[in-house]
Amino acid sequence: MYTEQVTERFKKPRFMGEIQEADSTGEVGNVRCGDIMRVSIKVKDDRIADIKFKTYGCVAAIVSSDYLCELVKGKTLEEAENVTSKDVIERMGEVPAIKTHCSVLAQDALRKAIKDYRKKCD
Amino acid sequence: MKTIYLDNSATTKVDPEVMDVMDYYHGQTYGNASSIHHEGKNAKKALGEARSIIANSLGANDDEIIFTSGGTEANNLAIKGMMYANEDKGRHLITTKIEHDCVLNSGKALEAEGFDVTYLDVDSEGFVSPEALEKNLREDTVLVSIIHANNEIGTIQDIQRLSNICKQHDVLFHTDACQSYTKTPITTEMADLITINAHKLHGPKGVGALYVKQGTAIKPLLDGGGHERKRRSGTENVPGIVGFAKAVELGMDEAHVNKMQALRDYLIDEILKIPHTRLNGPRGEQRLCNNANISFRFIEGESIIMNLDTQGICTSTGSACSSQTLEPSHVLMAIEDDPERAHGSVRFTISRYTTKEELDRTLTALKATVDKLRRISPLTEG
Ligand SMILES: Cc1ncc(COP(=O)(O)O)c(C=O)c1O
Ligand SMILES: [Zn+2]
Repeated sequence: MYTEQVTERFKKPRFMGEIQEADSTGEVGNVRCGDIMRVSIKVKDDRIADIKFKTYGCVAAIVSSDYLCELVKGKTLEEAENVTSKDVIERMGEVPAIKTHCSVLAQDALRKAIKDYRKKCD
Repeated sequence: MKTIYLDNSATTKVDPEVMDVMDYYHGQTYGNASSIHHEGKNAKKALGEARSIIANSLGANDDEIIFTSGGTEANNLAIKGMMYANEDKGRHLITTKIEHDCVLNSGKALEAEGFDVTYLDVDSEGFVSPEALEKNLREDTVLVSIIHANNEIGTIQDIQRLSNICKQHDVLFHTDACQSYTKTPITTEMADLITINAHKLHGPKGVGALYVKQGTAIKPLLDGGGHERKRRSGTENVPGIVGFAKAVELGMDEAHVNKMQALRDYLIDEILKIPHTRLNGPRGEQRLCNNANISFRFIEGESIIMNLDTQGICTSTGSACSSQTLEPSHVLMAIEDDPERAHGSVRFTISRYTTKEELDRTLTALKATVDKLRRISPLTEG
């Protein structure tokens, strides 16, 4: 069902964890609908200097979280916000159609973290 | 990497002896049991012998057995065939919330045709209450269908008691015994109709049977050449049926059951030592001898089974994430309205081939998996 690429990444995700002194975190999802994601970011000069995730969910949820982190690390906040779940899925390679809904949550969590960060800075 | 197969409630490995007899009836003797030449006669003889073996295993007469393409068809035939044949008596069916999809969806299909279906609740271990069954029986109830041993959580119903209630009220009783057949006693005393299949007991896929008590009218679902005493048309799957009978002969052995029971209890006890785990379904004699179903808090089932799979271990889950409908298991939701419990559930189903060494390797892998996934879960602290 999952490709070799997704399975390999699932075995060794690179961005799992939580940033201790994060500048912002965003959490989305709930247990009733399945997956929950929390993204924490460190911001420096308006760029995502560091990013980590924690995910409760299936393989697609975990791997999409990891790829999102990879995609946005080093990007400006604006660039990061404009990364879409489609970009994440593209980076993952192939995902079963039924799994797309599990693969969009990561982006929602990141946008929430960025939004909160801006609020704090205003 | 050696496979450790712990998904025997999904399907099983075909026993080599079963494969041998099936080979023979594919390539050496291959006639159509309806043909009058010697090849046809050979097939007919083999079919008759297989029928006797299966009938005997249930205490049935040979002509009470209808061979089908598996459990799904047998359940459809039992339910729709009975409801259609008894429309003059009534249009009410009673079943439960923890049936296999083929029973639930047969119920749904009948509802769409204007039949009335009651889905009984179960308690926290998956048991149907005899009192609730009795209360829901009506003048127009034609059939009650209750799964013998549940395929997900292994609950074995007190089928005799439930059946007796139906008998007292003159209502027909069907049980889906796909999971329990050869693993816990099931006889014609216990039901008017019994569904069994071959691929759960080291026989071939695509073969099953429905026991129908003598004198019970049933409307066939397939129009055709009138095979199986006009109740199920279609050229008999002789290799499959002969393989089924062989699998039953090999499987009917209390030693297998005792062995599986001991391994099952070992596995359950060891897994429950992991913190924040709970067993789904009952313990002891009322649990299917090969089933362990455990929920792990804070983590999701699909990622658990995929992580085990990377180590060669095959299991299954009731998580929404791994279902085609994105709904959590209806069985786990029926025992408790707690989606986290369903999402975090893993089913381990052993077979007579399973060894303690395999379980020990599984336990080691499982502990590491749970640890790893809990470390990346936002629901756990730290
Ligand atoms: C309880 C139960 N009923 C029915 C079926 C369906 O049987 P089959 O796969 O032979 O159609 C299964 C297994 O898939 C089952 O576990
Ligand atoms: Zn998911």
